[in-house]
Amino acid sequence: MEMAPFETSDEPNEATNSTRRILVLFAHPSLDRSEVNRPMAEAVRDLDGVTLVDLYAEYADFQIDIDREQQRLLEHDVIVFQHPLYWYSTPAILKEWQDLVLEYGFAYGSNGTALQGKIIFNALTAGGVEAAYKAEGYNHFTIRELLHPLEQMALLCGMVYLPAFALFGARTAVEEGRASQHVADWTTVLEALRDDRLDIATARDLPRLNTDLDAIIREA
Amino acid sequence: MGGLLFQAFIYLCAAVIAVPIARRLGLGSVLGYLLAGIAIGPVIGLVGSETREIQHFAEFGVVMMLFLVGLELQPRMLWQMRNRLIGLGGLQVVITVLLIAGAALLMGVYWSVALTIGLIFSLSSTAIVLQTLNEKGLTKTEGGRSSFSVLLFQDIAVIPMLALIPLLVLPELAGGVPEGTITTGGHQGEVAHNEDLSLVAGLPGWAHALVVLGAVATVLLGGHFLSRPLFRFIAESRLREIFTASALLLVIGIALLMTLVDLSPALGTFLAGVVLANSEFRHELESDIEPFKGLLLGLFFITVGAGMNFGVLFADFATIMGLTIGVMLIKGLVLYGLARLFRLDAADRWLFTLGLAQAGEFGFVLLSFSLQSHVIPSELATTLALVVALSMLLTPALFILYDKLVLNRVPEGKAQEPDQIDETGKVIIAGNGRFGQIVNRLLVASGVQTVVLDHEAEIIDMLSKFGVKSYYGDASRPELLQAAGIESARAIVIAIDDRQRAVEMVEHVRRHYPQVKILARAYDVNHLYLLNKAGVDIAVREMFDGSLEIGKAALKAVGMHPFKVEKMSQAFRRHDQAGLDGLYELWDENTAMSSNKALLAGAKEHGARLKDMMEADRMQHHDRSERGWTPPPRHHAEKLDE
Repeated sequence: MEMAPFETSDEPNEATNSTRRILVLFAHPSLDRSEVNRPMAEAVRDLDGVTLVDLYAEYADFQIDIDREQQRLLEHDVIVFQHPLYWYSTPAILKEWQDLVLEYGFAYGSNGTALQGKIIFNALTAGGVEAAYKAEGYNHFTIRELLHPLEQMALLCGMVYLPAFALFGARTAVEEGRASQHVADWTTVLEALRDDRLDIATARDLPRLNTDLDAIIREA
Repeated sequence: MGGLLFQAFIYLCAAVIAVPIARRLGLGSVLGYLLAGIAIGPVIGLVGSETREIQHFAEFGVVMMLFLVGLELQPRMLWQMRNRLIGLGGLQVVITVLLIAGAALLMGVYWSVALTIGLIFSLSSTAIVLQTLNEKGLTKTEGGRSSFSVLLFQDIAVIPMLALIPLLVLPELAGGVPEGTITTGGHQGEVAHNEDLSLVAGLPGWAHALVVLGAVATVLLGGHFLSRPLFRFIAESRLREIFTASALLLVIGIALLMTLVDLSPALGTFLAGVVLANSEFRHELESDIEPFKGLLLGLFFITVGAGMNFGVLFADFATIMGLTIGVMLIKGLVLYGLARLFRLDAADRWLFTLGLAQAGEFGFVLLSFSLQSHVIPSELATTLALVVALSMLLTPALFILYDKLVLNRVPEGKAQEPDQIDETGKVIIAGNGRFGQIVNRLLVASGVQTVVLDHEAEIIDMLSKFGVKSYYGDASRPELLQAAGIESARAIVIAIDDRQRAVEMVEHVRRHYPQVKILARAYDVNHLYLLNKAGVDIAVREMFDGSLEIGKAALKAVGMHPFKVEKMSQAFRRHDQAGLDGLYELWDENTAMSSNKALLAGAKEHGARLKDMMEADRMQHHDRSERGWTPPPRHHAEKLDE
C-alpha cells in the first residue's frame, strides 16, 4: 500500500537532442512485490524523451480511455510494453489495452494507418531460465516464438517489430546480482533508441534484443 | 479595573506585535514572547514590579503544559521509544547536570547552588526545538526522533526536579522566613496563600504518607473510572463552554488537591494526563486546554523578558557571554558524545548536537521556583536568566550552522534519500456515522492509521462495544483538528451530517493545510458544487454509488447480461460525471437550482443526450467501451492478401 503509483504526465519528458519519443506502457498488477520491473520503471521515468504510463494505476478499474491512449500513440515514435511474462503473454490489462485501443480504422484497416512505421517491442521479465525457452526445454518455444501474436499484431498495424528486451530467471535476478546490470542495459537501450544510435535493421532479426548490446548500439 | 485593562492591553499588544515578527524571522514564538517582555520591561519601562505577581499566576501554564505532555504519552508509544527515552534522555540529563554542576563548583559556587544550576541548564527548549524541527521537516529523521526523546525525558524530569529543589534550600536565604511555611513540594507562588488550607499540616509522618497516597490514588482511579461517565454526561449537554469549563476544572482541581497534600501540581496533572491519554475525550481536552496553556506560557515568557536586568548584562557582558558559550559547549559535547554512542550518522548527529545545545523555558521555571524556594540568591538568578535567554537567542544561529554543515559534509544523494519515513501518513475521519464507519473500516483493514472524530458521545460509546476507537469532539472546530494531528495527516475524510459545516471545514483545511488531501461526502449536487467551490479534492454524492448498484441489480433482474449491465452502468457514470462538470459552469451559489433557468435547460438537454446515448448503445454499439470490441467490417480481411 505504500507503493505510490507512477505519476504520468501527458507530455513526453522534454527531449533535448532526441529524434524519437518513447512511450513505455508499464503493466504490473502487484507492484509492491516487483523486484526488477519496478526499478526498471523508476530508472526511465524521468529520462528525456520517455513517457512512462503505469496502466494498472491509471486504469485500476480497467476503464481504458481509448481516445486518450490513441492520442498518446500518435505523440510517440516507439511503443514499449513493459511487463512480467504471464502465461507466455502480457498481463490482462495490456491485452485489454490492445483490444480497445488498436481499433479498426485507427491501427489497421483501409484507413487505419496511424501507427505505420512506429517501432514496438516488449520489455519483459520471465521466471524460467533461458534454456527452458527452446524446443528441447520445458517451455518448448523460444520467447520470440511465444510472442508471435504480438509480432503479427505489429505487422498488421504496419509497425516495425523488434524482439523482446528480456530478462530470464527473473525471480533470482536480485540475489544473483544480475538485476542492476539489466536495469542499466534498459536505460542504455531506451537512450540509444531515442537518439537513433540503435541498429534497427540488425536488431530486428535477433532472438532477443539484449543478446549483445554492443553489437547493435553505437557509442554516443 | 482601569489599571488591569491597561496592563492586559500592554501585554497583549506586545505579544501580538512581537510574536508574529519573531516567527517570521524564524526565531519561534518563545523568543517572540521573551522579546516582547524585554521591549515592555527593560527597554520601554511600561511594566515594572507587578510582573513578579503576574509571573506566579502565569506559571500555571506550566502545569497545563505538563497535563498536555501527559495526554500525548500513550503507554504503547512510551514503550516503543523506551531505549532512546531512557538511554539518550537519561544519560543526557545526568551527565549534563554533573558536568555543569562540577564546573560551577570549580568556580567556587556552594554545592547545592551548583547542583541547582546543573539542573536548570540540563534542560533544552522543547518549544523552540520541536517547532524548528517541524518547520524544517526534520521530525521524522533519526536526529529528529532522538531530539524528541531527549526533550520528552527532560519534560518528565522537570517533575522530580521541582520536588528536589526545595530540599536544597540555603539556610542564610531562608533565614527571614518562619520554619514550616517554605513550600516543600508544591511549587507555585500561590501556594503561599493556601498554606492554611493544607490537609497534611501537623499530621504525623505515617498519616501524611497515607493522605498523599490517597490523593495520588484519587487522581489515578478517578481519571480511569470516573472521567468517562462524567465527560459523557457533560458532552451530552451539547454546550461547548461547559466542556471547556469542566476541562479547566479538572486541571485546576487536581492542581489544588496536589497543593493541599504538598505535592507538585505539575506531577498531579501530568499523571492525570497519562491516565486520560487513552480516553476518547483526549483530543477534545487537548484542544480545550491548549489555548489557555499557550496564553499563560506566553505571559510567563513575557514576564521573564520584562524581568531581565539589562544593567547586569551590559555591566558584565563578557562574563555572561562567556558563561553562555561555556554552557552551550558543555551541552553540545555531551550531546555529540551520546550521538556517537547511539550511532547516529553525520547529519543526524549534528542536528542532535546543535539543536539541543540551548537552555530552555523549563530552565526559567526552575529558576523562578529556585528563587522562591530560597535555593539560589537573586543576583545569581539574574545572571542565570540572562544566560538561559541568550542561549535560546543563539539557537536559530545554530540551526543555520547545521544547514551549512550538512550541506557541506553529506553527499547530496544521501541527503535526498527518502529514508526513515516509516509511516504511510494517517487519515483523519470526521464523522463516524454510517458513512464514516465504512470508510474507516476499509482504511483500518488496509493498515492505514486513522483518527476518527465524532460529536455524538452515544455513537462513540456504541462503536467502542464493537472495538472501534473514536474520539469525542466537534470536528469542525479548528483546534480539535489540530489536536487530532491534521498537520501531519495525509488526508481528511469529511463525513459529517451538517452540510454547511462540511463546506466550512473544507475551506478551513484548504486554507491552512494545503498539503492535506480533502475528501468529502456530498449530500446532493448543490452540496457537491459548494464543496467544489470550497476547494475539495474529491467529493462523492452519498447516494450515488448505492443507487447505481441497485440499478444494476434491477437490470440483471430483468434479464440483461451482467457484463452488458456493467458497461451500461459505466457509460451512465461517465455521462453523469460529464454532465456534472458541464453544469457546474451554469451553477450559481445564490440561485436555487430549481429556479436557475440556464442550469435547468442544460440539465434537461444533458438528460436527453443520456437517453440518446443509451439507445445508440443498444442499436449501434457506440458505447465507448464497446467501441473497442467492435469487430472489423465484414469482408475486411479479404483485402489483406492483396
